[in-house]
Amino acid sequence: MVEMGKSSLERLSLAEARAAVVEGRVSAAALAEEHYERIALVDPEIHSYLALTRERAMAQAERVDAAVKAGGPLGPLAGVPVGIKDVLTVKGVATTAGSKILEGYKPPYDATAVARLEAAGAVVLGKLNCDEFAMGSSNENSAYGPVKNPRALDRVPGGSSGGSAAAVAAGLCVASLGTDTGGSIRQPAAFCGVVGVLPTYGRVSRYGLIAFASSLDRVGPFARSVEDAAVMLEVLAGPDAMDATCSHETVAGYAAETKKDVAGLRIGVPEEYFGEGLNAEIREAIEKALDGLRAAGCSIHKVSLRHTRYAVPTYYVIATAEASSNLSRFDGVRFGLRSEDAGTLAAMYRNTRDEGFGAEVKRRILLGTYVLSAGYYDAYYKKAQQVRALLTRDFVQAFEKVDAIVAPVTPTAAFKLGEKTDDPLQMYLEDIYSVAASLAGICGMSVPCGETKAGLPIGVQVLGKHFDEATMLRVGAAVEKQMSRD
Amino acid sequence: MSEGNGAVSLEEVRHVADLANLELTAEELPRMARDLNAILGHIAQLNELDTSAVEPMAQVGQALGLKPAEAGETLRVDAVRASVDRGAVMAEAPESDGRFFKVPKVIER
Repeated sequence: MVEMGKSSLERLSLAEARAAVVEGRVSAAALAEEHYERIALVDPEIHSYLALTRERAMAQAERVDAAVKAGGPLGPLAGVPVGIKDVLTVKGVATTAGSKILEGYKPPYDATAVARLEAAGAVVLGKLNCDEFAMGSSNENSAYGPVKNPRALDRVPGGSSGGSAAAVAAGLCVASLGTDTGGSIRQPAAFCGVVGVLPTYGRVSRYGLIAFASSLDRVGPFARSVEDAAVMLEVLAGPDAMDATCSHETVAGYAAETKKDVAGLRIGVPEEYFGEGLNAEIREAIEKALDGLRAAGCSIHKVSLRHTRYAVPTYYVIATAEASSNLSRFDGVRFGLRSEDAGTLAAMYRNTRDEGFGAEVKRRILLGTYVLSAGYYDAYYKKAQQVRALLTRDFVQAFEKVDAIVAPVTPTAAFKLGEKTDDPLQMYLEDIYSVAASLAGICGMSVPCGETKAGLPIGVQVLGKHFDEATMLRVGAAVEKQMSRD
Repeated sequence: MSEGNGAVSLEEVRHVADLANLELTAEELPRMARDLNAILGHIAQLNELDTSAVEPMAQVGQALGLKPAEAGETLRVDAVRASVDRGAVMAEAPESDGRFFKVPKVIER
C-alpha cells in the first residue's frame, strides 16, 4: 500500500486520492494498478465488473502522471479511479447493458458522461455489472450473473446499478457512474452503504446511454461521501450539444455547497413514506437523522404527497411503455447478436430477440406493448400520464413549503439473493419510495445513515426541487456529518 | 381496464408478443400471462382516481412550465459537421458490405 494517509482502498476518499496523485505521493498509474490488484483478489466473489479497460486506464494514468511532473493543469478528478455502469458507451470497449443481445458490441463513441470524467482526469478502470437494460431492483437480471452485496455476500446489492454501488463499497473504484430510471442509483446506494445521487431530469447528458425509458432515465454518480459525489456531479452536469434533452440551467459549485450550514432550512417529512411496510429499524434510523437535522438548526415539517401509493403502478405503465418502444432497436440488424439461419427477416428479428433478451426484459416489453396497444392506450398509458401529473404536483406543492424532503429509500434493508425472483410484482413494490421522484423529475440522493442490528446498511433519501441539487447536497452532507459524530 | 376480472388470455399474450416481435416458448407463455395479470391487477388501482380534468404529463419540462421558445434554445445550429466514423459503425453490424447492413431476404417468392 502506497502512502495515502491511513485510508485503505475501501475508505479512500476522492479528495484523498486526487491529493495523493497531485502531490506526487502516488502515481495515477500505481493507484490504478493497486485497484486492479484488489479487483483480481475480491471481485471473483462480488462480480461487480463485466469488463476491465486496463490499456485505456493506464494510458490515461500516464497522461495524468505526465501532467503532474510537468506541473500542468490538473482536473478535479486527476488520477481518480472510476467504474462505469455497463449501459453507458465507452469507445471500443464491450458494452452489454447486462444483456446477451449486445454481447460483443463495441460502441464507436464515448458517452458524454464518460468523456467528461476523463477530461477531468479520471481513470476508467472498467464496466460495471447491472440488471439487463437497467431493469431490476436486485441485479439478479444481469445476463452475466448477479452481483453480491460486499457487506453481506448472501444478499443482493440492489439494482439496477448494483455493480456501481458494490464496486464503490468494496474498494474496487473510488467513485462510479450509475443510472436511475425508478430508483436504480438510490436503492443500491442504500443497500451497499454508499452515497448515490439522482440528478434532476436533464441535468446530466444522456448521450451514449442505452435508453430504457427516455422520459425517466438519468445518469448520476456513486461515491463514498456526499462531498465526493458533489465533485463528480459538478464534472458531469451541464448542457451537451449531443443531447437536446440536457438542460441549460446553471450548474452550481456543488462541492462548496456541501460545506454550507443547514441552519434555517425547512425539511419536509412525507407521512405517506412512513406507513405500513416500513421496517422498524429503518424508521428509527431516519428519525435519528431527522433529529440530527433539527439539532443542526433545520425546522421539520409534515408534508403530504398524497398520491404516493399510485407511484409504482404509474411507473410500471410509463417505464414499460417507453421500454417497449426503445428496445425495438435490438433486432439483429445493426449491432450485437443476430440469430443464425433464420431464413427470413421476420424470423431473424424474432429469433434474435428471443435468444437475446432475458425473462424480465421480455416481461416488460410485453407489458409495455400491451398498455400501448389499440383499445388500451387511453385506459393505461394516458391514465398513467395523468397520475404522473398528480404525483408531480404533490412535490411541487410540498416544495412551496419546504426546501428539501427527507424519507426512507427502501422499505427494507438488502434482501437475500433469490428471495424475490419468482414474484415480479413483489420485486416492483421494492421501488415504492423511489419511483415518485423519478416520475416527477426532481433530484434525490441516498446517504448512509446507520445499519440494522444484523449489520446491513440503511440509507436516508433526501429529495430536492427541480435543479436544486445544491440544497439537497447540503442536507445530505449535514446528515452524513451527524452520522460521523455518533 | 377494471371491467370483469380483466384477465389477459393466453391468446392476447400471444398477440402482444407478435406485435413486439417476441417469440415465446410453450413454457414462457402461461408464466407471462400469469405475471401480466398480477401486474395489471395492481395497475388497476389507478382507476380509483378521477383524472378527467388532468392534463397528461409526457415530459418533466411540462411540470416546470417550460415554453417552446425556451426549449428551442437547446437546438443546435443546422450545420454540417463531423460525425461518428461510418466504417466503425458498420464494423459492428452482424453482416455488412461496408456500406449497407445486410439482412435475410424480406419477400418470399
